[in-house]
Amino acid sequence: MVSPVILVPAILNGLMTGAVYALIALGLTLIYGVLHIINFAHGALLTAAMFAAFFAYRLLGLDPYVAAVFLTPLFFVLGYLLQRFIIGPAARGEDRNILLVTLGLAVVIENALLYAFRGDTRTINLPYAFNVVEIGTAFLAVPRVIAFVVVIVVALGLWLIMQWTDTGKAIRAVAKEKLGAELSGIDVAHIYAVTFGLGTACLAIAACLLIPTYYVNPGAGNAFVLIAFTIVVLGGMGSVAGALVGGLFVGVVESLSGLYLGESLGQIGIFVMFIIVLLFRPNGLFGERA
Amino acid sequence: MRGLAPILVAVALLATVPLITSSNVVLNFLVTTFLIALVGQGWNLLGGYGGQYSFGHAAFFGTGAYVTAVLQVRYGVNAWLGFCIGIAAGALVGAVIGALSFRSGLKGSYFALVTLAFAEVLRIIASVAPITGAGVGTLIKLDLRPEAFQFQSRAPFYWIVLGLVGISLVLVRMIENSRFGAYLIAVRENEDTAKALGVDTMIVKLGAMTVSAMIAAAGGCFYAQYFLFIDAGIAYGPWISIEALLAPIIGGVGTVFGPLLGALVVKTLGELAKLATGDAPGLDLVLYGCILILAVAFAPRGIAGILADLRHRLRPIGPAAPASQERGNG
Amino acid sequence: MVEPLLRVEQVSMRFGGLLAVDRASLSAKAGCITALIGPNGAGKTTLFSIISGFLSPSDGSVVYDRIDIAGDPPHRLARRGIARTFQIVQPFAGLTVRENIAVGAHLSRPGRADALAAAGDVARAVGLGEMLDRSAANLTVAGRKRLELARALAIEPRLLLLDEVLAGLNPSEIRDMVPVILAIRDRGITIIMIEHVMQAVISLAEHVFVLAEGRVIAQGSPQAIASDPRVVEAYLGHGAAGRMIAAGGSHA
Repeated sequence: MVSPVILVPAILNGLMTGAVYALIALGLTLIYGVLHIINFAHGALLTAAMFAAFFAYRLLGLDPYVAAVFLTPLFFVLGYLLQRFIIGPAARGEDRNILLVTLGLAVVIENALLYAFRGDTRTINLPYAFNVVEIGTAFLAVPRVIAFVVVIVVALGLWLIMQWTDTGKAIRAVAKEKLGAELSGIDVAHIYAVTFGLGTACLAIAACLLIPTYYVNPGAGNAFVLIAFTIVVLGGMGSVAGALVGGLFVGVVESLSGLYLGESLGQIGIFVMFIIVLLFRPNGLFGERA
Repeated sequence: MRGLAPILVAVALLATVPLITSSNVVLNFLVTTFLIALVGQGWNLLGGYGGQYSFGHAAFFGTGAYVTAVLQVRYGVNAWLGFCIGIAAGALVGAVIGALSFRSGLKGSYFALVTLAFAEVLRIIASVAPITGAGVGTLIKLDLRPEAFQFQSRAPFYWIVLGLVGISLVLVRMIENSRFGAYLIAVRENEDTAKALGVDTMIVKLGAMTVSAMIAAAGGCFYAQYFLFIDAGIAYGPWISIEALLAPIIGGVGTVFGPLLGALVVKTLGELAKLATGDAPGLDLVLYGCILILAVAFAPRGIAGILADLRHRLRPIGPAAPASQERGNG
Repeated sequence: MVEPLLRVEQVSMRFGGLLAVDRASLSAKAGCITALIGPNGAGKTTLFSIISGFLSPSDGSVVYDRIDIAGDPPHRLARRGIARTFQIVQPFAGLTVRENIAVGAHLSRPGRADALAAAGDVARAVGLGEMLDRSAANLTVAGRKRLELARALAIEPRLLLLDEVLAGLNPSEIRDMVPVILAIRDRGITIIMIEHVMQAVISLAEHVFVLAEGRVIAQGSPQAIASDPRVVEAYLGHGAAGRMIAAGGSHA
């Protein structure tokens, strides 16, 4: 049995990593819950956001947490435009078309990044990236603690938006009953685009939280998004609570299995878990029927 | 019911190309085009006719490629025998993935997701497993003898891949004219109605998936013989999953000639892009992604659909044209 | 007493907390037309889904030709001779009328030419002979209803479940459909029809079951049902029968 001195930090670290996973999953599940589409472009958009954060630091000297203030609205607009003017019109509401269009988008974005920036892996070196905070016996890296706190704040913020603003209510209406919402005068195309924008904005924030401790390359987003997909399917497509709880859970599981099993098996493990969950419980533990 | 004549004519015409030109550039271009047409035809059977969109056909392509390569390189198995075993292996993988996915009732986006995941799992395994050469890949030794399925000139390769494409065209046409084909299309259109009409939708989907995988695997086996080098990214990478679905979508899903037409268009555009902007990695896929989006937006029935519409427009005004003749040349 | 072709006995269907069908029992005599009527949401289509194998009942038994078929999958029941139409009619849009019907005809005919030819015969029997080579997507509502009927007939069923096959048709279209349905019955096929069009129920059905809130509340000849106050209440609400009698009318 592993001693608590090692176990507790592993769990805490897992929670913090899991928080970021949860944020990525949140964007995905929000888009599914409202638009009822599986956004195959989520990974590519995360990669794009990570590159943006990277270059904000490299070229403009912006600390990632500061960059987030600019990148978040930027990516919100990007997501809005993508859904409003590309995905929505091209797909015309048909499931198969939506699949193909988001796939096409993913291919375009990822390979455009590959073409522009080559396949090299890059990292940034923040002066305080290795500072630690002491909690009990655990030494926790500062960027991770910040990430955890930010995700909680964002989740709360999103909840408040959904509950108290008109747009939030419109979003919930469209998610529940699109036709009724439309008949009540809600501009569904606009709401779809806003939701997609929110999902992309989550990615921008997640990217800024990840950059201090992770590498960037054109495939980076996919690794995280795969985990996000697993979380969303596990927690239930469209369930926000599922995304949050699932994210934290997966973070802890990953941390603990890294402790016992080592790094390389980790990647396959996530995929295998994903496949198993899809095969046996595609509607997840919280969510609606597939 | 439509016949085999257009297929035989098309294949015969294409077969004359190496007799007209010995340009390696042209032959190589056509070989890679036919390769995509082949794998695309496999995808088309499951996706175009069956309505199940797979995003992970690399799983079958790569299995064919690796099985034939590894059998030759590590076990000294004859290349032609390896080719056949590779195809069978691909079909088996298709049957397994199909059984698991369809048993669980996965459809639409979930099916696409799970096929994507399976392909990725295979890619990761291939990139670390010693038997496949891990990161270094697998190199088939140069042995330019027909017995070893390698040839001095491109022409024999050309005819072989053309032959495989021809077989796939005939196979799909025969399926179109059979009960299995009618059931497959019914499953695509409305599974519940199909069930109510006595169709065992599970068996039909599984059958389509297995044949689809078999065809894609044949493409993989051929790739290994032609290029003599594969690694995890080539065999199981997203590039082939994407090109396998792009060709039929551009050319016309659910039509016999769709994948071939689409492959010609896609590859031609790819070459033009390379000429215009140099050979940087990623650019061709950017182009393909854009084409995919444009095709879905503006030409969902693909080239075959456009041709059918043109034929309908040019027909003299008369009683409504029979629908079955409107659906492309094949 | 001749054993009915179909006997549904004390069948219940629970969806989570919702009891959609509550110990319903009905039977269909071979070669007869039986009607299943009742207000919307009564559970009629759910019963059809149970009989045709799309749903497995939570309780009770479904005996067809003296065999309990509850839980058998739809395609197997189709092969045993149970056909159904769907309330929301969806032809196979990309295909012609003939190709649509051929899917059903293939059940007993592996050959393509054979199935296509048989499809032609079925089409003519329901009056779609002119439309055989048209795209199914171009049919009118009445045409689609006939196509739905033809597809089901093509599997050569012994029991045909018609789910509101007359819905959405105007009076003359209904008048045209009635002989088609009678002709099917005359060929020896047992029919159970869910219907809201009372005229048709009265002129077609030999026996009627009334379903309300998942329960069979009445059964009998069409005439008896039409004047049964319980049936009136089920459709028009509590006390309606009394109000109607008080107002001087006695027709349902």
